[in-house]
Amino acid sequence: MTSSNNTRGRPGRRPMLQAAVSASALSTLPFPSIMRAQGAPLKVGCILPLSGVLAFVGTATRRGTELAVKMYKEQGVNLEVSFVDTESKAENGRIAAEKLIREGNSILVGAWDSGTTISAAQAAEAAKVPLVVNIASAPQITEQGFTQVFRNFVTAPQLVANAVQRIKDLPRGGGFNPETAVLMHVNDTFGQSSRAAVAALWDRLGVGIKILDTISYDLRARDLSVEVAKARSTNADLVLPITRVNDAILIVREMVKQDWNPMAIIAPGSPGAYEKAFTDALGKYADDYIVCVPWWDPRQPIAKSVIDRFTKEYPKERFELNSGFGWEGIQVVADAFQRAGSSKPADLHAALRSTNIESHVMFGGPIRFDDKGQNNNIGGVMLQNQGTEPRVILPGDAQQAKPRLPHTPWSKRA
Amino acid sequence: MIDQYANIVAGGLLLGAVYALIATGLNIIFGVMRVVNFAHGEMVVIGMYTGYWAWSLVKLPPLAALPFAAALLFGLGYAFQRLLGNRFLTAPQHVQFILFIGLALMITGLHAMLFGPEPRGLQSEASFAVYRVGFLRLDATRVQAAVVAVILVAALGLWLRFSLTGKALKAAATNPVGGRAVGIRIPHLFAVTAGIGAACAGCAGVLVAPFFDTQPYLAADYTLLAFITVIVGGLASLPGAMLGGLLIGVAEALAAYTVAPSLKSLFSYALLIIVILARPVGLLGKPGDAH
Repeated sequence: MTSSNNTRGRPGRRPMLQAAVSASALSTLPFPSIMRAQGAPLKVGCILPLSGVLAFVGTATRRGTELAVKMYKEQGVNLEVSFVDTESKAENGRIAAEKLIREGNSILVGAWDSGTTISAAQAAEAAKVPLVVNIASAPQITEQGFTQVFRNFVTAPQLVANAVQRIKDLPRGGGFNPETAVLMHVNDTFGQSSRAAVAALWDRLGVGIKILDTISYDLRARDLSVEVAKARSTNADLVLPITRVNDAILIVREMVKQDWNPMAIIAPGSPGAYEKAFTDALGKYADDYIVCVPWWDPRQPIAKSVIDRFTKEYPKERFELNSGFGWEGIQVVADAFQRAGSSKPADLHAALRSTNIESHVMFGGPIRFDDKGQNNNIGGVMLQNQGTEPRVILPGDAQQAKPRLPHTPWSKRA
Repeated sequence: MIDQYANIVAGGLLLGAVYALIATGLNIIFGVMRVVNFAHGEMVVIGMYTGYWAWSLVKLPPLAALPFAAALLFGLGYAFQRLLGNRFLTAPQHVQFILFIGLALMITGLHAMLFGPEPRGLQSEASFAVYRVGFLRLDATRVQAAVVAVILVAALGLWLRFSLTGKALKAAATNPVGGRAVGIRIPHLFAVTAGIGAACAGCAGVLVAPFFDTQPYLAADYTLLAFITVIVGGLASLPGAMLGGLLIGVAEALAAYTVAPSLKSLFSYALLIIVILARPVGLLGKPGDAH
């Protein structure tokens, strides 16, 4: 799983050539003329949680999606995207997918949350309409025998394997030599599958840190003071939170109030801490928090061009995981549309099967789908908030900042 | 070990006092008008946004923003009841439910449109402050919220008991026809009641804004919480609301600590079921109030 983390190579002639190609990828791809000749737009149905408890991340994904549609349109790839809100309810995935299919969308993109994606995949499968999964990590999405699912996101075990490997790789010394940890996780599909993956991989990968306790809590929890008190009572060296953004904020806030200073907070494959809402809400207390996630690749020129454009379009927002995979979801669709030369679901499906996108935004190797529809080339980086901005600290060749460990005590933050 | 339990119980009591204030608004509306306000949580969220914006725009601390939120919510509650609510007082219950659910959805939708779905944290130095009392570490914002909540509930209780308007409200609740006969302006009094209920929700919203991030979709949780608190404590009973809030706060905290945090809501519901089975009117409710 981790072997594909770092497939871009070291600086040299070939990577430089790749970078040059990537930099001009959007403007030099041959599809504009083809698309203009085709005329009719491709109708794309996008399923996202735009209200409810996941609205924040769903909206971030939508921003990336809309930016990609706009950028591709400027290149002559005419995609017409309709959004359907799942209200953060997993059971609405199927309803949303059926609605979009009835409305004549030839391909679906979504649905951010694992439960919702499984629900939507059933409708896509029945109608034989391809579903490009932008974000959703539960392994069963590509293990249930769906033929229409193409997931450009890591599975929870992949995500956690990448993360656990990075935790193992963290340099020890200088007061950072953790021996124990406590795992805190949100009790939804994502949280439970991530917890199971951590439990399965922790000893197998030989991290050498003992997990003293595992504490789960409800996704809708408004208050995590007791959960943090319980974790604190273990006196663990590391806190390993598997969170969404709101609960990540609550955990840190409670840690500050309870003056609990472990050696580090390291989220193994968890969203939350890299999001702007997190750093805005916590300010200096957001710093030093570490997350191991798929992320945009700072070495990739295409990432730079997309982020520059994103910053112009959304000056108050941050281009992060959700926006990045939202963007790439549309990239996958646009690429398939270009090669299929058709908006028929069957033709798009065939094109998706042979996807091979070398130049893309997120960290990892080329976007390719295996027989089950899974892209296994997505890598993971280790980010640490420094100066209230997430910075890549591992792997070394993509490093934007040195790791700051052990974390600065709350009371000593300026 | 004892200090950990003491901290957990103290935290539960502090949170429970705020739950009590949230429930008080629902309770007073039900007690006087026999109407179940399904939009109560949304009013709490209006209060939270008021507190958030007061701090974000003019750096007005939550306690200073409290009168503004109370006035705003009182006005909204009064206007709603006068213009719309009073027309539905004699309507079948399911019609009233639909009215309030519609109102709830409208408020949540407006919040999402105006402020977006992202959580908004009211962060100041006080957000991270604690009071140390022996081995107790008490969250400063929660202590402030709990103290103010207890004062507000007590003041409301005294006002209802001793003021002329309070007595009129009691009369209108007990016998609206008789109240009209002696010259009590029932529509106005009901609107005042709705205003007070909304103001309680608004004040609770301002008080919780420093420790619960504000977002539109919290409302349903607050409504449910208020229902559980009111039913456990006793319908139409202000001391009951306080007792219910404290019990739920402590039960959730202890359950989370000793059993499993993700099961803490289970204990609120278990408490609710036990109370309904053993004493359907709630711990401090009176038999006539259950109907």
